[in-house]
Amino acid sequence: MRVSLFITCYNDTLFPATGQSVVRLLERLGHTIDFPLEQTCCGQMHYNTGYQQEAMPLMRRFVEIFRDAEAVCIPSSSCVAMIRDHYPLMAAEDGDPGMVRAVDDLLPRVFELSELLVHRLGIEDVGAYFPHRVTYHASCHSQRSLHLGDLPLRLLRKVRGIDLVDMPNIDRCCGFGGTFAIKMGDVSAAMLEDKMHDVETTAAEVVTAVDNSCLMHIFGGLHRRGSGVRMAHIAEILAATEDHPEAHA
Amino acid sequence: MTIRVGESAEAPSFQKAALPLLHDAQLRKNVRHATDVIQRKRANVVAEQADWQELRTAASAIKAQTMRRLDEYLLQFEKACTAAGGQVHWAADADEANRIIAGLVRRQGSTEVIKIKTMTSEETALNEALPHDGIEAHETDLAEIIIQLGRDKPSHIVVPALHKNRSQVREIFRETMNLPDLGDRPEDLTAAARQYLREKFLRVEVGVCGANFLIAETGGVCIVESEGNGRMCLTLPDTLIAVVGIEKIIPTFQDLEVFLQLLPRSATGERMNPYNSIWTGVRLGDGPQHFHVVLLDNGRTRILADEQGRQTLHCIRCAACLNTCPVYRQTGGHAYGSSYSGPIGAILTPQLLDMRQAQSLPYASSLCGACYEVCPVKINIPEVLIHLRGRVVREQKPALDPEVLAMKAAAVIFTSRTRFEAAQRMGRLGQWPVVSNGWMRNLPGMLGNWTRVRDLRALPPQTFREWWKARQKKEGADA
Repeated sequence: MRVSLFITCYNDTLFPATGQSVVRLLERLGHTIDFPLEQTCCGQMHYNTGYQQEAMPLMRRFVEIFRDAEAVCIPSSSCVAMIRDHYPLMAAEDGDPGMVRAVDDLLPRVFELSELLVHRLGIEDVGAYFPHRVTYHASCHSQRSLHLGDLPLRLLRKVRGIDLVDMPNIDRCCGFGGTFAIKMGDVSAAMLEDKMHDVETTAAEVVTAVDNSCLMHIFGGLHRRGSGVRMAHIAEILAATEDHPEAHA
Repeated sequence: MTIRVGESAEAPSFQKAALPLLHDAQLRKNVRHATDVIQRKRANVVAEQADWQELRTAASAIKAQTMRRLDEYLLQFEKACTAAGGQVHWAADADEANRIIAGLVRRQGSTEVIKIKTMTSEETALNEALPHDGIEAHETDLAEIIIQLGRDKPSHIVVPALHKNRSQVREIFRETMNLPDLGDRPEDLTAAARQYLREKFLRVEVGVCGANFLIAETGGVCIVESEGNGRMCLTLPDTLIAVVGIEKIIPTFQDLEVFLQLLPRSATGERMNPYNSIWTGVRLGDGPQHFHVVLLDNGRTRILADEQGRQTLHCIRCAACLNTCPVYRQTGGHAYGSSYSGPIGAILTPQLLDMRQAQSLPYASSLCGACYEVCPVKINIPEVLIHLRGRVVREQKPALDPEVLAMKAAAVIFTSRTRFEAAQRMGRLGQWPVVSNGWMRNLPGMLGNWTRVRDLRALPPQTFREWWKARQKKEGADA
């Protein structure tokens, strides 16, 4: 299959290893990757902070770039949630009836990475090898918007060598919340404190998720307190093999 | 007309009000413990209800249909209530509701009222208003007694004194009831409250209540409660005054079938409330002989006019969203500066105030969606929060606000590949003053809120797209 990658603005800029891992993983599984260079941002930050007008051109831009894709892969559940939950509403306000049709038509072809692997490609064992103690953080959008359920865990359980430990209070928000982490810094920090405690009780070496945004927040806090736990996006774990251990940025 | 919600006009921003609460270890411990207990109970009784999702859908549909014809249902209620011997009053705002109630009490020749817990009267600040007319209000709900005697404010819409533990309650009772030897077992505390209340129940001639539901078809006022204080206030006084938001209406008696399954399970984790009362007018020689319903608008019709905000009025005040909210869990309810706290307070208060105050509240959420998941009437709170953030930006932010400028600049960058790639390069080149050993630990301005508790890895030497382009080029050369 020809998979079009929407890497997302923050992964592109801050977490290139995640994108490289998605490419390596999907190519290893026999698929072709297409990366349209015109892509920038889905508009989530603007939309969720109250700048809905500013997000409109970003919606149009995404639809324009990916409308002919066979499948769009996005390694970020919150960006998928933005597209799935809000693009139809935005398209309805756009004034161009063609935009509503284009969004309706495109949405069934937009997948978060673990959805693409399990639902679209029908694969759970991606042939990965990752000999580390790992705990999985279920991001809010992955749970309550995408309803991923145990999809990411099904993929992780098939990874050879992995020691997967359940995190307590897995359904509780880590406190990132986009601009919430800045605007409500103290409350966000208190929520982070609880989440770091949950991570540390697992004695994991690595905390993973389908969203680097939560991980940047959780790992940023862990690094500040000198904890040895590191972060890895699920793509980086799934891309790792005996011959090619995880990519480092 | 002036709309206010409790004392929200003077309330500081959420982030400011949250700060001292975040440092109150006892309060946070109490809030966590209480919300954990209620959540566990709720989860158990919800799990045993096989058609829970269908009930939520039904409730949401009934509420949506009611809001579409609210004017008709209100008039139907007035007619039915009047026919049954009640009297309906219409209050445009909080002050008018308080004036009506004070007038009714004075007409009765009373100087005291006993009250069932009503958040609507917290919204109108009735207890603060009545003394101006020489009237004293006595709360009779255990938690509200604790709040009233402790000169505190409710921090939760179902469990107003949730932020207090029993030894703190004992201290309040010891001091205000003059009981130096009072113990802190639940039996001790409830016995003290019972003693304090009994005499008031028998003496005071006017009762004030809210309502969980107003039944348009019958003119009935439905009140559910757990302590029996409500039943006392409803049956013993000669005059009963209900102060009720206009959104509490449901069309028919049969609709209670849906709501009385959803409400107790969501609110207190009970299959049914211990006391379920429906008052319909006056019955000679039985119960209150004067029955008044004060219908309160106080900003609600304006919310009704907003298609996207309207679902806020579907709320049945169960507080399930408070109990599950990870933000409320950290701060408790006082940070919201309103009688309505938690996620529902974050959307209701600013809308009642037409977004002129409480503008920080729509931002007091990480948009985690836990509230929407538990809401028994399926209010999509995250969606309304985002809508209200849009209103704050469009209606309230000055054009030259630093955030507005930054967001507009970011939007300009994101609408062009060239500008986006240039911004990536500039970020990398410009970051050196704040990077040490590959990490940013002390960012300037607003971003300082990030690095106060978190490190941020420096921007990597190569973006993903640069890696991709180099790879394509190499593959092209190899081919």
